[in-house]
Amino acid sequence: MFESLSDRLNETFGRLNRKGRLTEQDVDDAMREVRRALLEADVNFKVVKDFVAAVRERAVGQDVLRSLTPAQTAIGIVNEELVRVLGTDREPLRLPERPPQILMMVGLQGSGKTTHTGKLALQLRKEGRNPLMVAADLQRPAAVNQLQALGKQVNIPVYAEGTTGSSPVTVAVNAVKHAMERGYNPVIIDTAGRLQIDEPLMAELVTIRDRVNPTEILLVADAMTGQEAVGVAQTFHDRLAVTGLILTKMDGDARGGAALSIRAVTGVPIKFIGTGEKLDALEPFYPERLAGRILGMGDVLSLVERAQELTDDKDAERLQNRMIKGQFDLEDFLDQLQKIKKMGPLSQLMEMIPGLGSQMRQAKAQISDDDYKRIEAIILSMTPQERRRPEMVRGRRLNRIARGSGTQRNEVNQLLKQFRDMQGMMAQFGKMAKKGKLPANLPFDF
Amino acid sequence: MVLNRLFRRRAEPDVQVQQGLEKTRRGVFLEITRLFDRSTMDDELYEDLEMLLIQADVGWDVSQRLVEDLRSQVRDRRIVHPTDARELLRNDMVALLELATRNRKVKILQRGVPWVILVVGVNGVGKTTTIAKLAAYHQRFGRSVMLAAGDTFRAAAIDQLQIWGQRLDVPVIAHGPGADPGAVVFDAMQAAHNRGADVLIVDTAGRLHNKTNLMFELGKIRKVMQRHVESAPQEVLLAIDATTGQNGLIQAQEFSKSVAITDIMIAKLDGTAKGGIAFSVAKELGTPISYIGTGEKATDLAEFHPDTYVDSLFFGVGEGL
Ligand SMILES: Nc1nc2c(ncn2[C@@H]2O[C@H](COP(=O)(O)OP(=O)(O)OP(=O)(O)O)[C@@H](O)[C@H]2O)c(=O)[nH]1
Ligand SMILES: Nc1nc2c(ncn2[C@@H]2O[C@H](COP(=O)(O)OP(=O)(O)OP(=O)(O)O)[C@@H](O)[C@H]2O)c(=O)[nH]1
Ligand SMILES: [Mg+2]
Ligand SMILES: [Mg+2]
Repeated sequence: MFESLSDRLNETFGRLNRKGRLTEQDVDDAMREVRRALLEADVNFKVVKDFVAAVRERAVGQDVLRSLTPAQTAIGIVNEELVRVLGTDREPLRLPERPPQILMMVGLQGSGKTTHTGKLALQLRKEGRNPLMVAADLQRPAAVNQLQALGKQVNIPVYAEGTTGSSPVTVAVNAVKHAMERGYNPVIIDTAGRLQIDEPLMAELVTIRDRVNPTEILLVADAMTGQEAVGVAQTFHDRLAVTGLILTKMDGDARGGAALSIRAVTGVPIKFIGTGEKLDALEPFYPERLAGRILGMGDVLSLVERAQELTDDKDAERLQNRMIKGQFDLEDFLDQLQKIKKMGPLSQLMEMIPGLGSQMRQAKAQISDDDYKRIEAIILSMTPQERRRPEMVRGRRLNRIARGSGTQRNEVNQLLKQFRDMQGMMAQFGKMAKKGKLPANLPFDF
Repeated sequence: MVLNRLFRRRAEPDVQVQQGLEKTRRGVFLEITRLFDRSTMDDELYEDLEMLLIQADVGWDVSQRLVEDLRSQVRDRRIVHPTDARELLRNDMVALLELATRNRKVKILQRGVPWVILVVGVNGVGKTTTIAKLAAYHQRFGRSVMLAAGDTFRAAAIDQLQIWGQRLDVPVIAHGPGADPGAVVFDAMQAAHNRGADVLIVDTAGRLHNKTNLMFELGKIRKVMQRHVESAPQEVLLAIDATTGQNGLIQAQEFSKSVAITDIMIAKLDGTAKGGIAFSVAKELGTPISYIGTGEKATDLAEFHPDTYVDSLFFGVGEGL
């Protein structure tokens, strides 16, 4: 179902390449593909409309049509625009010097508030602080026990009152007092999940906010959310003036378009992403990673990061340089594949490689070790020269490699094509880095 | 009402569904009804329709298909009045869902053999709450129910189920946190058998469908059940959150691969999300959508009827009655 946008654009422009000349109509076709890709990634339709208009304008201005690689140029523009909307600057938590620093977690039911209360507390303690978690969800069965259990896991105190006789507001107010007396700081308040249209419960949040005056109001949103993300976030923001977004369950395979919608509509920065159920699964947000993911082009940066865990620093630096300069070749690829294979499930790795993940999913095939072996066999059947310059693989060379690896010509071709797409993406990141559009604290320096 | 005359409703209104869906229809789908109040069927109408469907999370593919179908039907049958076209669209949408609903298995409870319901889904969609709702549902039919706390992983998941058990006066078989879910299920099967329970509902930890080892675990749980009762689990219910976008289809596909899903329930339809992914799921998988969740209480469960669902979405409470 999900083909990557780069595949589709290549097809759109490729078809017309043969005609010799690209027209305005081709840009329209390309924009239709962009629109579709974003909608399939759950970006809100209104946001998509504005977004595509902006991309179209730039595409015409930058003469995508006269570019030698119109698909890559178009993707570059889409990617840059995505990153621009998602926010290029990292926004850390606002923790003013003077206590109390109060963080308030809000959101729909089941989005991950309680879990992320625990994750933030753990992270803040690692930074040398002395956090207190507050169980202000008196609604969901065992919500208090849940937070207490998390507290026990990481040995961080939880403020709780009995569920009878107290209200979320009094719990929050008393907890802050308690924290000031005992020297806990920051204070993280977990609240019950609620629908944004539930007026009494929204009013309750407003009361809590007004009584404790939080430094951060964090909207916790599920990465799998569809079109309604906009309505939800807008209402929470209107009522509470949300200061940050935490995007949870990013360890899944949702495209995460909801984040783009929320950011575009509210302007609220995305502060963290949640990548698992365990309390250490909290990561800073990198716009370029999400951009690639929304476009279904894999997560090159994560791939690099993993590779880096296995390679020594010097090796990694060399690799990065080759990547940005567009020199990353099949030799490097093979080397990385072999290293990363040691890192765990191959399917995860494949998901990160632009094109590969979606192709595999499209074929409804489980990515197995057989696939890996096939790819490895193909690359091993190539001469070192061919690996460095895959574009020379044609005709008889193609036949020889297919025979040598026990595969079909089209399989070899497919791999080469995917590899070209991947190179394109990497070069794109490289260009962005040169223009200073990547934040300084990337997992590696360009 | 004019609407009523123009668009006769077919299904008996299901009050519970409609109340739950009231908010839903107030958004997008009421606009669908209005869309067809225009005087002519022009391109703009089709475009707006496509947008409204997309907005309801129906997804690009299915929206495209519904709009194209409508276009060609309008052409072939030379329809001029938008209200007639609306009738066609409604039929199309109902048909899509019915395709799947028809596959629904009739529950035949056998004496002395517990009817085992395994509830699965990604994290936080509403599995445990749905189990409480299902327990109440089966109790209303006079069936004795037992629950199994198969989520031993998430903090206080066992407590949560036990609180529901107390509220509904239903026994809960549980081990401690971190215990092997297979062992819990083994005991629960035994207990259900010994106590002659009619229905055993098994909770499982939320899991993302791309985690191979966790998905594999579901297969193991299934095998444990089958060691006791060959036909168990007679029902494997996948819970999907109505707020979920296009990932909902992938969830349904992947869970189906790991544990033969027999039924789907859509939770949280009391929110503003429209649950439009139901159409993709029905079209691609043909797995019946059997229930919807419309709130956080044990009574907030309704059976899913395509007619009523689509009608509620178009009209909502009151207007058509
Ligand atoms: N895979 C994954 N699961 C997560 C993540 N964050 C939370 N979860 C899980 O999602 C489910 C719901 O999380 P909770 O923290 O209970 O959500 P909540 O927002 O507090 O829920 P309510 O209080 O009921 O509104 C639990 O199963 C969590 O383990 C994440 O980043 N990745
Ligand atoms: N509004 C609304 N909330 C619901 C509905 N069903 C469940 N919830 C809420 O959603 C949150 C998560 O529900 P759970 O039943 O704990 O979800 P779960 O799938 O068991 O979660 P995990 O076990 O953590 O994966 C809770 O706050 C429930 O009260 C529903 O139909 N409507
Ligand atoms: Mg909670
Ligand atoms: Mg649960």
